[in-house]
Amino acid sequence: MKQISFTALGRNCLKDMSGLAVTKFALLGDCATQHIARAIRGYAYEMGQNFEVFDADYDQIDAQIMDEGSEMYRFKPDTVLIYRCTQRLYERFTSVEPAARGAFAENEAEKLAAQWERVASRAKADILSFLYLPMDDGVFGSYALREETSFPFQLMKLNFLLAEKARALGSVRLIDLSPVQAMLGEEAFCDAKMYMIAKMPMSTAALPLVASRVVDAVLARKGRIHKCAVVDLDNTLWGGVIGDDGINGIEIGELGQGHAFSEFQTWLKELKNRGVMLAVCSKNDEANAREPFEKHPDMVLRLNDFSAFVANWENKADNIRLIQKQLNIGFDSMVFFDDNPFERQLVRTMLPEVEVPELPEDPAEYVRFVRAQNLFDTATFSDEDRVRTERYLAEQSRTLLSASLDSYDDYLKALEMKAVAAPFDAFHIPRIAQLTQRSNQFNLRTVRYSEEEVAAIAADERFITRYYTLSDRFGEHGLIAVVILEKREDCLFVNEWLMSCRVLKRGMEQFIADSIISAARQAGFDRVRGEYIPTAKNAMVKDLYQSMGFTPLGGGLYEVDTRSYKNHEIYITEE
Amino acid sequence: MTRPEIMKKLNRVFRDVFDDDTLKITEKTTAKDVDGWDSLTHITLIGEIEDAFRIKFTMKEVTGMKNVGEMASIIEARAK
Repeated sequence: MKQISFTALGRNCLKDMSGLAVTKFALLGDCATQHIARAIRGYAYEMGQNFEVFDADYDQIDAQIMDEGSEMYRFKPDTVLIYRCTQRLYERFTSVEPAARGAFAENEAEKLAAQWERVASRAKADILSFLYLPMDDGVFGSYALREETSFPFQLMKLNFLLAEKARALGSVRLIDLSPVQAMLGEEAFCDAKMYMIAKMPMSTAALPLVASRVVDAVLARKGRIHKCAVVDLDNTLWGGVIGDDGINGIEIGELGQGHAFSEFQTWLKELKNRGVMLAVCSKNDEANAREPFEKHPDMVLRLNDFSAFVANWENKADNIRLIQKQLNIGFDSMVFFDDNPFERQLVRTMLPEVEVPELPEDPAEYVRFVRAQNLFDTATFSDEDRVRTERYLAEQSRTLLSASLDSYDDYLKALEMKAVAAPFDAFHIPRIAQLTQRSNQFNLRTVRYSEEEVAAIAADERFITRYYTLSDRFGEHGLIAVVILEKREDCLFVNEWLMSCRVLKRGMEQFIADSIISAARQAGFDRVRGEYIPTAKNAMVKDLYQSMGFTPLGGGLYEVDTRSYKNHEIYITEE
Repeated sequence: MTRPEIMKKLNRVFRDVFDDDTLKITEKTTAKDVDGWDSLTHITLIGEIEDAFRIKFTMKEVTGMKNVGEMASIIEARAK
């Protein structure tokens, strides 16, 4: 989250955005939305994005959604944000007969869900909605949640129903702005007179924070997410300096300021459980740095929670480079936590892509601060996320094995790799969608699909689909590659081919190429055509088709004749 | 805060909001005189002035002020 004023966001809107990645963003509201539209466009610019914003006229949600030829549909949005404010909800609530208010939340939830469905069926867009912000009309006092027809009861129920409906529909994400409102206070979040005069439900002070939540959600869907938290140790994960204070002197758990650090560690552990990798980057002797994780009874984090552990006396930017290489992720997917302003500034200067939050001086504030930053927004969560760290640790055992063998081929043989290639099934669809949304490097066309789209492709006879899993003697890699083949008149076209980089150079790319050709032969195709669409991140596969035996046709297209194609020599057994 | 100090500070806020470093406002300046001072910008302007002077205008003041001079009078009466 960047600290920036609404006025500065407004100025951003006028800047030259040519060359920036474009998102077509439609905003529909039952309140005045001009300011939020400007804030969103301005904040997107801060994040290197050009949001072309279609801001519908005041209170046109129904008209824009119901009319198939509306401006909103003609705009062809990538993302639609529906903003219904609590003030207007309350107007509708009070216009219902008191006796009938018990069904209010259900009716409202049905109405909004029907609109989501309508948008989902007509536009190829991601749908975002704000949850209704909390508001107690003070009519029932402490009895409100005992009384079904009170506004607080119906509001709480409505938000819960919306969450359930959004889950069921899949393509909808709900953004909860209540943390922003709580942080600013209700008076600062909404200037009452501005709502009365201009139907503007958010103050200019709130807009940059709201815009950051919206842009975060859009970028998460595009795969722009943080995958790794890099942490310092002394005075970040515990109080004191392990090299000076020793294992009995550092503050963690009951000792001194220990609770603050325990809570911060708990927060990091929860992130790890969600699939964010943790890495240590500390100026320490390695043995000293490891000792608390191995021996201190009050540590929440243990060594096996970390995917990388770097403790030495080199500068931190170099060490983050090392971690980046080990984990094979982009600098822009790393967040660096350090109590020392000097180290933070060094990393910001040397590695501007790494996100470096300005941790508060008092460790007691760490947790509140990091919770409010929305640093780890995501558009997906799958089984893969639950076991990510374990996978990386197995990877390190593989690296040790490779160092002990003479040739790379010997290493590959010793891995005893087994792969599965199978058509998409319901069980794997969430992970498949997630991979299409997150893979950047080994991704030939970088086409992003939602879960619903993947399900539709799986059911469509015009497509042949394959997902691939790989395992070896050290463990499972899980689902690591996805291929979508499109049956065309004259060829079988590789609509999607992506693979997780962590299984690179094991023969999996050859295994997949062979499997594509074999699928083509089975379906009676003599020709397979592939396409490479360059992006800022996928240069590693620019020559992939040629190295797999395809012939370039020009314009990024490649073709191969399935009758003359020869399978590759690989050390992977198909299961 | 003296009246000239208020006007000087107001001018800084105006320049910031209208993104124009040459803008010069006087007590007599009205919305008609400033390029881009529409109802939308008026709301931004009010918010920025409130933050700058740490005051709150009332709804009546926001809808009733005729020129910058009236704005300055309200600030003069309220700002500490």
